[in-house]
Amino acid sequence: MDEEPLIRWDWIGRNWPNIQSLLADHVVMAVLPVVFALLIALPLGLASVRWRWLYQPTVGVMNVVYSLPSLAVFIVLIPVTGLAERATVIVPLTFYALAVLIPAVVDGVASVPAHVRQSAVAMGFRPLRRLVSVELPIAVPVVLAGVRVATVSSISLVSVGALVGRGGLGYLFIDGWQRQFPTPIVVGIVLVVLLAVAADGLLVAAQRVLTPWSRARRAA
Amino acid sequence: MNWLIEFFTDPANWSGSSGIPVRLLEHLEFSAAALLLSVLIAVPLGLWVGHTGKGALFVVVSANAARALPTLGLLVLIVLLMGVGTTLPVLIPLVALAVPPILVNTYEGIRGVEHDLRDAAYGMGLRGGQVLLRVLVPVALPLILLGVRVAAIQVVATATVAAYVGLGGLGRYIIDGLATKDFPSTIGGAVLVALLALAVQLMFTLLGRMVVSPGVRPAVRERLKAG
Repeated sequence: MDEEPLIRWDWIGRNWPNIQSLLADHVVMAVLPVVFALLIALPLGLASVRWRWLYQPTVGVMNVVYSLPSLAVFIVLIPVTGLAERATVIVPLTFYALAVLIPAVVDGVASVPAHVRQSAVAMGFRPLRRLVSVELPIAVPVVLAGVRVATVSSISLVSVGALVGRGGLGYLFIDGWQRQFPTPIVVGIVLVVLLAVAADGLLVAAQRVLTPWSRARRAA
Repeated sequence: MNWLIEFFTDPANWSGSSGIPVRLLEHLEFSAAALLLSVLIAVPLGLWVGHTGKGALFVVVSANAARALPTLGLLVLIVLLMGVGTTLPVLIPLVALAVPPILVNTYEGIRGVEHDLRDAAYGMGLRGGQVLLRVLVPVALPLILLGVRVAAIQVVATATVAAYVGLGGLGRYIIDGLATKDFPSTIGGAVLVALLALAVQLMFTLLGRMVVSPGVRPAVRERLKAG
């Protein structure tokens, strides 16, 4: 053990195909929950803006869900979704993402200034068009801030799934521990963090593309 | 459901060194130690950064980095490098996880106090330290407590994962159950951990009601949570 270096570079080269497939699996299991959650959070969030009484109960339930330890939820789902299945990881992570995204959508739409909304009404925008072409674009920065938090947490949480047999790069942690061999663990941690940083960077770039006016304003 | 009944009605699960009371106590002991250490580190640091404005960038960056760190990997690596035996190697990743949410919320809480309020406190003749302790802290308390709550829930959850590297606590039921295909134990352990997390959440809600001054309660901005 004394002779064992923290990282053996040749191990990475030899196992690269395997690492790549774990990485791909990891990305799928981390990204799908955020996509699903966004698809659910948009209508649910908009409904909560329209009917205010919906908001408190929804957020209350989501806060409870958010406090449940991921490992516990993975385990409880095994009888339903199966051991070592992607769904066992994707379903709970979708709920965690929802807990972040619903408040983000509600805050985003609430961040539209009243005078902007009134101008849109005065210009003859009907509710649906006003929502799509005025309110949602203005809500983008706040919603995307939520998407960034949800994505980064999702990427790091997937690895816990390794304890129930499906954790993408998390498998490297289990592998390294069982063989008392640090290299896979270090590789796994570095790749998970890099993945999170890359995803975060992509979302920041997406925000720049989706909100060109914020750049124009800064340049002016 | 049958598995749950089987687990909770088995008398062997209620006594001895692997009984629920002992495991629960182990879990609480660990989590409390990690949380206490984190509060002792993060709250003074957050107060200082929030009050002086120095090192704000470090706080924000550390919070983002912490969110990306995979707990299981960190835990396994540190225990592998430092050896099992003592509890210290397991406490390190738990503290590393719990510090950022407390630090960020303390910092954001102090920094978010309205300038008028701060100016008024100085205008009344309070010194820097007095302004911090008598005005800024009470106003920021809801956010600070929120940070501690988020941290506590994460610690309780991660202490479960720590059973994988040989720690006691409720995670043992889950990990041992998985290893021996004893699903009643696994599911029972998972339910216990979930209940514990909910109890922690509830405890902090009650604590908030008790210690937060009624005057600042409407200012609680749940949505500001950095967790």
